Amino acid sequence: MSLMRTSSPHLSAANPVQHVMQQVLLALIPGLIALIHFFGPGVIFNLLAACGFAVLCEALVLRLRGYDLRFFLSDYSALVTGALLAVSIPPYSPWWLIFIGAFFSIVVAKHLFGGLGQNPFNPAMVGYVVLLISFPVYMTHWTAPSDLANTPGLLQSFASLWSNEYYDGTTMATPLDLMKQNEGQMLTFLYANNPQFGSYAGLGWEWVNLGFLAGGLWMLHKKLFTWHGPVGMLAALGILSALFYDDGSSASGGSPLFHWLSGATMLGAFFIITDPASGATSNLGRLLFGAMVGVLVYCIRVWGNYPDAVAFAVLLLNFCAPFIDYYTIPKPYGTEDSQS
Amino acid sequence: MNTAKHTFHGGIRPLEHKEDSNTTPIEIAPIPPMLVLPLQQHSGPTAKPCVTEGEYVYKGQMIANAADASGASIHASSSGYVVAIEARLVAHPSGMADTCIVIETDGLDAAIETSGHPNWRNLNRVELLDILHRSGIVGLGGAGFPTARKLNTDSIDTLIINGTECEPYITADDLCMRERAADIIRGCEILKYIVGANSVIVGIEDNKPEAIESMGKAMPSSPDWKLVTFPTKYPSGGEKQLIEILTGRQVPRGGLPANIGIVCQNVGTAFAVKEALEDGKPLISRITTFTGQALSRRGNLEVRLGTPVSYLLDYMGYTEQKVPRLIMGGPMMGFALPDATVPIVKTTNCILAPDTNELPLPKPAQPCIRCGFCAEACPASLLPQQLFWHSKSSNFDQLDKHALDDCIECGVCSYVCPSSIPLVQYFRASKHEMRMRRNEQQQADKARERFEARQQRLEREALEREATRAARKAAAKAKAAESSRFADEADPVQAAIERAKAKKARLMQQSQQGAQMNAESALDSLKTKLAAQQSTLQQAEADEKSEKITTALQASIRRLEQQIAESETKPPSKDVEE
Amino acid sequence: MTMAEFFLNDLTQTVLVFLTLGGLFGLLLGYASIRFKVEGDPIVEQINALLPQTQCGQCSHPGCRPYAEAIASGEAINKCPPGGEDTIHRLADLLGMEPQPLDGEHGIEKPKTVAFIREAECIGCTKCIQACPVDAILGAAKLMHTVIAQECTGCDLCVEPCPVDCIDMIEVTTNIKTWGWEAPENDDIIATDRMSDKAA
Repeated sequence: MSLMRTSSPHLSAANPVQHVMQQVLLALIPGLIALIHFFGPGVIFNLLAACGFAVLCEALVLRLRGYDLRFFLSDYSALVTGALLAVSIPPYSPWWLIFIGAFFSIVVAKHLFGGLGQNPFNPAMVGYVVLLISFPVYMTHWTAPSDLANTPGLLQSFASLWSNEYYDGTTMATPLDLMKQNEGQMLTFLYANNPQFGSYAGLGWEWVNLGFLAGGLWMLHKKLFTWHGPVGMLAALGILSALFYDDGSSASGGSPLFHWLSGATMLGAFFIITDPASGATSNLGRLLFGAMVGVLVYCIRVWGNYPDAVAFAVLLLNFCAPFIDYYTIPKPYGTEDSQS
Repeated sequence: MNTAKHTFHGGIRPLEHKEDSNTTPIEIAPIPPMLVLPLQQHSGPTAKPCVTEGEYVYKGQMIANAADASGASIHASSSGYVVAIEARLVAHPSGMADTCIVIETDGLDAAIETSGHPNWRNLNRVELLDILHRSGIVGLGGAGFPTARKLNTDSIDTLIINGTECEPYITADDLCMRERAADIIRGCEILKYIVGANSVIVGIEDNKPEAIESMGKAMPSSPDWKLVTFPTKYPSGGEKQLIEILTGRQVPRGGLPANIGIVCQNVGTAFAVKEALEDGKPLISRITTFTGQALSRRGNLEVRLGTPVSYLLDYMGYTEQKVPRLIMGGPMMGFALPDATVPIVKTTNCILAPDTNELPLPKPAQPCIRCGFCAEACPASLLPQQLFWHSKSSNFDQLDKHALDDCIECGVCSYVCPSSIPLVQYFRASKHEMRMRRNEQQQADKARERFEARQQRLEREALEREATRAARKAAAKAKAAESSRFADEADPVQAAIERAKAKKARLMQQSQQGAQMNAESALDSLKTKLAAQQSTLQQAEADEKSEKITTALQASIRRLEQQIAESETKPPSKDVEE
Repeated sequence: MTMAEFFLNDLTQTVLVFLTLGGLFGLLLGYASIRFKVEGDPIVEQINALLPQTQCGQCSHPGCRPYAEAIASGEAINKCPPGGEDTIHRLADLLGMEPQPLDGEHGIEKPKTVAFIREAECIGCTKCIQACPVDAILGAAKLMHTVIAQECTGCDLCVEPCPVDCIDMIEVTTNIKTWGWEAPENDDIIATDRMSDKAA
């Protein structure tokens, strides 16, 4: 009888990579629903186009690298990257914008560095930043929330995908834009004069962020990542904004609640900085990584040139991740500090 | 009964499958027609056979001697004739053969006369350890470390009895505790007496209520004895993990539990200790779990060591599988057997014969996405994802920095890996490679030392020869001078003084040999040596000796020339200092 | 030009400043060179530590240390067959050089061997004892010799001097105690590797 010989362990927990990726995609749903509700069906076409292009690029590169297409495509990682890119860029973007974003995410940020798991930078954020720097006009025009203007219908949204112009009809400055451009107005005054601010942090944006928060908490519950990264980022952002929030003078940068619930904060905290490949490795490292992202986000939002800063902050910290790893190797069993 | 307050980092909760095999009582396995007893069933030096081919042996007779105090001896597990002492396939992941003593049993099971020591309290520690050593007792929980050696330690405060059995499927210790609790406790008392421990803690996972109950009943009601249960989590049966659960303390890195006053013993070992001391029965059988869907009967057998696995599989009704796989030990740390004919050894706690649905074949590995699930689960608080990275690139410095040596190979990281990467295999390979490199380095260091010592010796010898030659020359000269002076004028007193002086000078020269040797004669000797080497070289070239020799000669000529040049330029006093 | 003018002159000032600075730094460097003096020739030691210490002379130097000295003064690093590719890589790492393939002139990489004397045939001539660079052969004139296997480096320098050819070089094989797991076969090779595979 010839026996089969394998190395131990002979048991395995069935939570394969594709399952992890599927769970991330599922966790995006609450945020997506909020986005679609407030900014219209353009979000759907963004999503379809970005995912489609991402998978296309992935397939092409895998083919080029001589990999088994079915085995590697079935890990759903390209879909996750596409979806994250789609929720970052303004709805009603033209197809070629989305394509360039997907191309840079998948081909440049991911495969040129060795493929899944070997990317030093967050692929979706690389795609986003390339677009932001190359096509600032397209990237800084967000559609007005549905309560303040009519969002385009399905057909119109589909058409906007093929138009060369950014969708100009109903765009409006976002709360973060307004905060950035604010010169000399008390925050209460600013809030009163601009309906975009909604009740706390921006009409629609509050709900979008709460949606991503809900998805994130669910993933945390599913133990897809540890609490360290998100808590580090949200805590740092909260502490900094509380420190500089002097009851809403024109010089203050907005309340903690405003910062937590506006822009891409929750998306960043739960979906972007938790990307394990480009982040820090140990729990302490993740805490530091998150905290530094939080600090950078606040600094760039308040004192920098861009209204939102999650992508830049994440990419800057991606640079630092190996450095953080170097200094945060956990103490193994049997060393003083590792006593439970 | 207490519940543990502490736990360890990480761990997993796989499906237990304990009920597959723990519902029937322990059964005594029949005597097989052939017993194969490997000389190496423990960690430590291999035992030496003390029987010859053709000899009749009785059950319980020692057939191989422990090489020294760190080894373990082997005993015949039934009576019969020794038919061979030869290399046979043994239970080892390498699938290699090792020397075994093969006994053809006669079915009589005639035992050698022995007497136990029911009054073992009258014996001292050394005598007790000697009995355990001669009985061939090793740790039955896993690695098979000789028990006498482990117990030979001082300043032990706590004896921990490991009844955890955290691996899925295995129920050997569970059944042993259910059925033989009283004997186990007797064994614990002996162990406590030997190591001089103040207290005993018996640790059992909470998934074995029957065992907990029967052990609780058998235990003396004294504050020194504690039965502690804790939630089921793999690998809480690991020695270091169990110590942390029960005491909240960690064994220092690179240290032993004895360093913090603790010694750990498995319940099966405690039982074997009781049998060896009270009943005089050496370790010739053990309880082994037979389980897995490929068997029609699943349960625990008390098997004779050396029984071929295939014989027992037939006994338990094995149906051959399409892709057959047999695992010795549990599914987390056990190894796949190379062949079913290998014998049961002292450390065999389980034979798992799964069907293909039960333990699916390993999936092809996907790229590591660095999700960190492994780091969350690692009981040694390591970063397996980083270790994997460095392991793949053979970056041994980084592996050292990330404490690969602290990996206990429990398999938790591979178990949780979403990419199905065989992490443990990578780590084993790297550990092996690092061990080999360390050995090589040690060998090289030793060779260098020996080479340098030899060089020094050769030089010293050459100098000594020169010194004696020079001394002889001086003596001859003095003698000549003396005799010529005697011819002139015979002043015996003066002559005696001169002689004494000459002798003193000679002695001084001899005693200070090469070191204070006159620089000129050293130079002379170097020159003669050079001339000799040059002529040998010419000779060698003429004889067309190998290039190796000629180049070596050339090099030594170069060195001599250099030395001559040096000593010619340097003042002689400097030479003396050197 | 008065004294004051001389000292207020830009050029003079510059020269003075730089002279002072130069002096200071000179002192600093001088101090550092004494304070942090490196004893001996560490690079030779470091190279020697990487060589396998077989002392076989295949590199055409009489021993590993002389070769280490030769490497330190610029000789090629690929002349050590017992060390093989591994040693070349480590030397290249240490010296910041490109690794080269082993120089075939000096021999090829062979598995490690140990000398074994067929004791019945040994005539006790001590020639092998004299040849052994690490004193790993035990014996005396007209008495049988034997190799201390743990100390033998496998240099085979004892084979040639033996007048009765009773020394064998035995390959060291893996046994159950020295066996170790091998890494899994590499399944996710990067693109460039895959391409070379195809080409091959």
